[in-house]
Amino acid sequence: MMLYLRLYYEFFKAGLFAIGGGMATLPFLYDISDKTGWFSYAQLANMVAISESTPGPIGVNMATYVGFTSGGVPGSVVATVGLITPSVIIILIIAGFLNAFKDSKYVESAFYGLRPASTGLIGAAGLSVVMLVLFGDTSEGIHVENVSIPCVILMVILYYFTARCRKTKGLHPVVFIAASAVIGVVFHFAGV
Amino acid sequence: MNQLVDLFFTFARIGGLTFGGGYAMLPMLQKEVVEKRGWATENELMDYYAIGQCTPGVIAVNTATFVGQKTAGIAGGIVATLGVVFPSLVIITVIAAFIQNFSDLAIVQNAFAGIRICVCVLIFNAVIKLWKKAVIDKSTLALFILVLIGSTVTDLSPVVFVFIAGVVGILLKNKEVQKS
Repeated sequence: MMLYLRLYYEFFKAGLFAIGGGMATLPFLYDISDKTGWFSYAQLANMVAISESTPGPIGVNMATYVGFTSGGVPGSVVATVGLITPSVIIILIIAGFLNAFKDSKYVESAFYGLRPASTGLIGAAGLSVVMLVLFGDTSEGIHVENVSIPCVILMVILYYFTARCRKTKGLHPVVFIAASAVIGVVFHFAGV
Repeated sequence: MNQLVDLFFTFARIGGLTFGGGYAMLPMLQKEVVEKRGWATENELMDYYAIGQCTPGVIAVNTATFVGQKTAGIAGGIVATLGVVFPSLVIITVIAAFIQNFSDLAIVQNAFAGIRICVCVLIFNAVIKLWKKAVIDKSTLALFILVLIGSTVTDLSPVVFVFIAGVVGILLKNKEVQKS
């Protein structure tokens, strides 16, 4: 029971403070991992990939996945409901005075500060994934000799095709995720 | 009652057929909500979308709540929202259970080692995209850097950073207005 209350509380917080769409929930998920140990950073990165490759809003997918990993089927329902509760309450309130909200100076100026902060938080979460992928377990310090060259090469190639190459950068992320999975299997990226 | 059922299934279809959340959902919403059912006009939908982006939470959920509320009041808002998340709940739970059972296989481990590299790149691209809208001058650049470093080296909750940034935003903007 405590687990479900905690899940609800953590995802309620994420729903209330994650601003700017799906990816903004990511820093909150890292925070949950740090505090509870219900899942590892590596598991979280896998969840991000699956959430991007399946239908539905990414934030909702991630909440469902984390909830399931932490507390089975009831966990997935509790986490998802927790995530959407603040949205529903806030939107129902705003819907009452839509125009006043749209033109509010306070809302606009708060977002002047919130947008870069939210971007910074997602950047920091991304940095933890990069560290994990490049250096593996960093709890005993960073060892440069752990860096696998094929990983770095794949990273650069993926960046080119997802952000630079005009022909491929508009493709859905699922294409790149699937290609990376195949490359991982062919070249034994996990070393097994 | 019929309208609530209709809202649930329409939004379940939207949730179940759009890949990639928020932005990918817009064309689907236009077709189902504006053209087919007339639950909102094109302009209203754009307003909901804009507000959905600058209120907390998942954009798709916020938009669903708006459209549902407009069509059938508070119950409508709740039903539409439950509809949009329903496919995710089912699909992700099935996949998660499946992967949990096969996570020891070498092929699954190798595949995910490859996928995690892709996730790094995707998050990086998302940050760049958000950066273009968020970091528009020196103050916002400073905020971005401070939050990035602060969140990396401390284990403060993201809530703290979001709260402070909102207050700083209001203070900075007010100062600008007073100057001019």
